Amino acid sequence: MKAEQQYIELYREAAETITQRSCPVMNAERDAAFGVFQQQGFPTQKVERYKYTDVAAAFAPNYGLSLGQLDIQPSRYIYSFKDSPINLAPYYNKIADGADSITALNTALAHEGLLIYVPRNEHPEAPIQIDNWLRGTAATMMHRRTLILLEEGSEATIVMNDKADHPSPHFLTTQVMEIVCKANVHLDIYEIEETTPLCSRFSNVYIQEGRDSVVKHNVITLQGGLSRNLCDVYLQGENAEVTLGGCAIGSRQQHIDNNTLIQHQVPRCQSNELYKYVLDDQAVGAFAGKILVEKDAQKTTSQETNANLCASSEARMYTQPMLEIYADDVKCNHGSTVGVLDQTALFYMLQRGIPEAEARTLLKNAFMGQVIDQIQYRPLRDRLYVKVEKRFRGEHEKCEDCRLCK
Amino acid sequence: MKKKNKEDEKTPSQQDQNAFVRSVAEKKYEFGFTTDVQTEIIDKGLNEEVIRLISAKKNEPQWLLQFRLEAYRYWLTQTQPSWAHVTLPEIDYQAISYYADPTAKSKGNDKQEIDPELMKTFDKLGIPLEERMALSGMAVDAVMDSVSVKTTFKEKLSEKGIIFCSISEAVQQYPDLVRQYLGSVVPYRDNYFAALNSAVFSDGSFVYIPKNTRCPMELSTYFRINARNTGQFERTLIVCDEGSYVSYLEGCTAPMRDENQLHAAIVEIVVMDNAEVKYSTVQNWYPGDSEGRGGVLNLVTKRGHLRGVNSKLSWTQVETGSAITWKYPSCVLSGDNSQAEFYSVAVTNNHQEADTGTKMIHLGKNTRSTIISKGISAGRSQNSYRGLVRIGKNADGARNYSSCDSLLLGSQCGAHTFPYMDVHNNTATVEHEATTSKINEDQLYYCNQRGISTEEAVGLIVNGYAKDVINKLPMEFAVEAQKLLSVSLEGTVG
Repeated sequence: MKAEQQYIELYREAAETITQRSCPVMNAERDAAFGVFQQQGFPTQKVERYKYTDVAAAFAPNYGLSLGQLDIQPSRYIYSFKDSPINLAPYYNKIADGADSITALNTALAHEGLLIYVPRNEHPEAPIQIDNWLRGTAATMMHRRTLILLEEGSEATIVMNDKADHPSPHFLTTQVMEIVCKANVHLDIYEIEETTPLCSRFSNVYIQEGRDSVVKHNVITLQGGLSRNLCDVYLQGENAEVTLGGCAIGSRQQHIDNNTLIQHQVPRCQSNELYKYVLDDQAVGAFAGKILVEKDAQKTTSQETNANLCASSEARMYTQPMLEIYADDVKCNHGSTVGVLDQTALFYMLQRGIPEAEARTLLKNAFMGQVIDQIQYRPLRDRLYVKVEKRFRGEHEKCEDCRLCK
Repeated sequence: MKKKNKEDEKTPSQQDQNAFVRSVAEKKYEFGFTTDVQTEIIDKGLNEEVIRLISAKKNEPQWLLQFRLEAYRYWLTQTQPSWAHVTLPEIDYQAISYYADPTAKSKGNDKQEIDPELMKTFDKLGIPLEERMALSGMAVDAVMDSVSVKTTFKEKLSEKGIIFCSISEAVQQYPDLVRQYLGSVVPYRDNYFAALNSAVFSDGSFVYIPKNTRCPMELSTYFRINARNTGQFERTLIVCDEGSYVSYLEGCTAPMRDENQLHAAIVEIVVMDNAEVKYSTVQNWYPGDSEGRGGVLNLVTKRGHLRGVNSKLSWTQVETGSAITWKYPSCVLSGDNSQAEFYSVAVTNNHQEADTGTKMIHLGKNTRSTIISKGISAGRSQNSYRGLVRIGKNADGARNYSSCDSLLLGSQCGAHTFPYMDVHNNTATVEHEATTSKINEDQLYYCNQRGISTEEAVGLIVNGYAKDVINKLPMEFAVEAQKLLSVSLEGTVG
């Protein structure tokens, strides 16, 4: 209980300050969540969903708690919880898994929340972009809380960037994002992580979908230290569709762990998953994806793919695609591979005078291209193509002034 | 496909369909009889005294008793695992008798003489214990409850230097061999049930194939649980020395009883340089009745260690019985260029639950493994595939291919896939694919159109689906397995 202890003490000391700076809807959940955390502590690696990430070790350093205020100018769609145009109580901390220790810790310590609210039948013209910039000189932790609520028939594209000043001290971020999509909603959401090797990120995303809604969620991990992304999807309206995508590029001691759960609760829903990893140096990748089809969810179709490349002898990959099916009229597939670059393709390129390093980069790019192709928003797709290629060439912007690299 | 019995073929009328299903469910387990034979059963309960008693009854050397006691002390520190996707009831380990000897009566007179009742039992099960009557050319070790009844063709095999006998006999006659290999593949600390087995194991088979020998016949063990309130804890040890080959079959049945019976076995296989072992199982323990009462709890640990270069091990299993199956025949591929295969068909019906699969641990260079698993669930059953493929740091060029398909018959059952892949080497290639679906309506329609009834069509399709695995079984078993498949699924359609 060593790592937990400092958080328990922190909460006891800071609870009052946090409560003062926060809003009633968040304060209402705080004590109960702290109780859960206090009882459970950090999940050990014996907890199935945290099998591949040592949470306690990541939380062990002494982090200062960031209590700065968000400076959000209320706009048409973006609000802080305090300025919310709607009552948040029916949504806040409702679809999040209260039994998850990270979610509980976040609920206990988060003092501010970001709300993206799209009213009925509205279609924001431009994508909504949220940049989370980590800067500072002392080891700090942030507890981010986001609620995205899309009313019936609305549409949105949301891009979230995680960035950090380079070089950075140790930063730790926890994020809990609850996404509620009513009937007929179209949502594209992208999370792009470009932080530093000293940054740890624990992100828990919960998505609830109503009838005929279509959600695409992509997590792109370009740079970081420890990235743990959990994504739970609850398909609760017929004919809902979800696509989860992920692309992870790991080098040095990066640790990238994606854990997803898609629950088909009603008939005729569709889910697709595509996660790809390229791991170099001593990077560790983990993917666990579970598709759960409940008893009445007939006519479900589901496709889950996880493909991985290990580019160095010390890289490690753990993959675990799971199906749990209680209905009979379904079509569910999953596939998973771990391997090396196609040797014949490599040979073909060498034969045609392409240097080996170049050929490898080309192949890796093509490999990742499949995930990036899924991105609907064109400018972002183009930007990511460039970023991914730069990343493979070691020319990524964060690499320029980084003293750790090479 | 084998034609079904006449009496099972009558089609149910709409109103008494449930009655029909029930009657079939009760009828279909044809090995549910009990044998009335005087059996010596020790008192229920588990403690060090019981272990000493078992050891004394078998006249075991001190080291083996020590092994048992260490395992027991370790077992005491552990708790029953709950991670599998089955609802394992709380087992009262003190309510089980750990030793039942149906041969006790005959022991007084002549050791060679077998109680005619026992002979009859095995005849009824289709296992010939009279060598002259055996047509199939298969050597059999017949085990009932805790004791090996008879091992056939022992003499003929010993001419080639092959040792095939019960493990109790091996402990007496070849103590050095047994001591060298026992617990070397599955140590008693491996898991809860392995510790239990190591403490109280009774009988099982021991096979040693000397260097450069091709075993001339299929070796087989037949396990039978007969006595009430006993558990069966058999232990099989197979050692295949350099350049040798053996094919080994295992079959099992139990009487129909309302209470669960515990079966916790260990199978250890050691494969040396250039040797090959084929291990086939047709598991048909009593699955419980259609309401889910009774049935065998089948909790076994099976593992092969491919120690030598170019060694080969192949597991083939057809799982149709048991109320609960918890079984992961595994391979540790330490030898360079070694090859492992796992072929499995698991059928669950009514309230059966199966959590089965394999582990392939690649340690040597250029090791290859193949996993083909076919799950079929019907009724209210739950069928899970759980598998691990681990590529060690030094397993350069390792290759794995896994394919797991599940077929769902009926809307009340579940099919699950939990594969784990841990890759620690960048030259390895690991592939996994899985599908879950129900029987294609088009295929059924096609069969119906050609005058094949739905029930028969399902049988055909299921057999075709399982063919990849059935084809890997030795001839005699393949016929048996096909018959079992159609019987197990009886009453699931219509």
